[in-house]
Amino acid sequence: MDTTPSLIQIKGIRDGLLITLGGATWPELALAFVKNVDERSSFFKGARVALDVGVNELRVAELSALRDQLSERGITLWAVLSESPITETTAQNLGLATRLSKPHPIDVREAALELPEDAAKWVKGPLRSGGRVIFEGNVVVMGDVNPGAEIVAGGSVIVWGRLRGVVHAGAQGDEKAVVCALELAPTQLRIAGEIAVSPKKQGKSQPEVACLKDGQLVAEPWQEMTGR
Amino acid sequence: MTAKVVTIASGKGGVGKTTSVANIAVALASRGQKVTCIDGDIGLRNLDVILGLENRIVYDLVDVIEGRCRLRQAMIRDKRLPELYLIPAAQTRDKTSVSPSDMVRLCDELGQEVDWIIIDSPAGIERGFKNAIAAANRVVVMTNPEVSAVRDADRVIGLLDAEEKGPAALVINRLDPVMVKRGDMLSVEDVLDLLAVELIGIIPEDENVIVASNRGQPLALDGKSKAGLAFQNIARRLMGEQVPFMDLESQNLFQRLLGRK
Repeated sequence: MDTTPSLIQIKGIRDGLLITLGGATWPELALAFVKNVDERSSFFKGARVALDVGVNELRVAELSALRDQLSERGITLWAVLSESPITETTAQNLGLATRLSKPHPIDVREAALELPEDAAKWVKGPLRSGGRVIFEGNVVVMGDVNPGAEIVAGGSVIVWGRLRGVVHAGAQGDEKAVVCALELAPTQLRIAGEIAVSPKKQGKSQPEVACLKDGQLVAEPWQEMTGR
Repeated sequence: MTAKVVTIASGKGGVGKTTSVANIAVALASRGQKVTCIDGDIGLRNLDVILGLENRIVYDLVDVIEGRCRLRQAMIRDKRLPELYLIPAAQTRDKTSVSPSDMVRLCDELGQEVDWIIIDSPAGIERGFKNAIAAANRVVVMTNPEVSAVRDADRVIGLLDAEEKGPAALVINRLDPVMVKRGDMLSVEDVLDLLAVELIGIIPEDENVIVASNRGQPLALDGKSKAGLAFQNIARRLMGEQVPFMDLESQNLFQRLLGRK
């Protein structure tokens, strides 16, 4: 009995193929998909594939296994769409996209409007080289942000650790955004439209806050901020 | 019996992965362990040269995976240590000849026969690296005390965490205590400060390493060299022993008294 058509839908999109999997448990779906690929290998060869897995909750082992199986067949898995936040996180961990195209600027602004002002994304550190966090609200990192890592936030960024990567706070133009860290030594720091690099520091570091003052990016020790 | 599968990776090339694989494998084998090392650098094989087994290659990794020979036929036995084997890489193929699931299957089969499988990862973070870590249950990340190497090690450690192969263990290679003292080289503390992972080895700069590699006589067999001792210590730590780190500074003073470099 051939049940595959009901489990797998294939659609051509601008960025390659969009494959929608649903109507069965994950092992069955993955198996059916790989079988489908093997049966039509000439069609799939060299394809760039985005997978819509619906509500399936996928862990790293499951998703990386499928990615490897596909890559063995000459297929690049570049995106995984899901309604499950667990699957989205897994996909992001594996460096896969979770949206089909970059969000339209207007969408971002709308999303920012929908977010409550104090919304923040919690990131468990360390954020290592190559790691990237993009969020419309505020971002809090528990741990170091290493050189080569990047944070882009619509609001402020707080790093409970050493900040040595690249940070852009107020990425949508919020000039009131601040960046604070236990040790503020970013490769590059941006707030709204301003950009700065860290001066070489001597001696013991202390917690600092960077903000925009009269259009200038300044960093101050944390104690002086308490009066604000 | 299932073998421990250890992959040595670094991101950046030239930090000493292959030399370390050879020496750690030799050190484990000299402690009575049954060891097979696998050269994962298909197309750019080197491990056979460093182990001095180049002229004995008949079959290679790709031959096993593509079924042209049995696993046993591709395992080259070392002349010095009867419990040390090498599965060489194919020189005339590329990384896509092997897949991550091939490596898992191979290590499952091989793991029935040996205590340790040591895999030499190629530089980079692409297919060859993914192949090399697929079967690993422990990954050792190598770095030099240089900013660029440490940056790449950080990236690799992050990727290993994402693939749930972490936490990685760290080996710092080619440390020169004199340069560190002068402030011209990152210290062990500087490196650990950034990478924040478990340190399992510090290998001092030692020109004998190059001599030994060229001769195909791994240094870990030579009990007198500092670097050889450092590799023996890594092997012991991998086996679960608590081994204190060598005091490189005082050895250096001793060397200076002897009038050597």
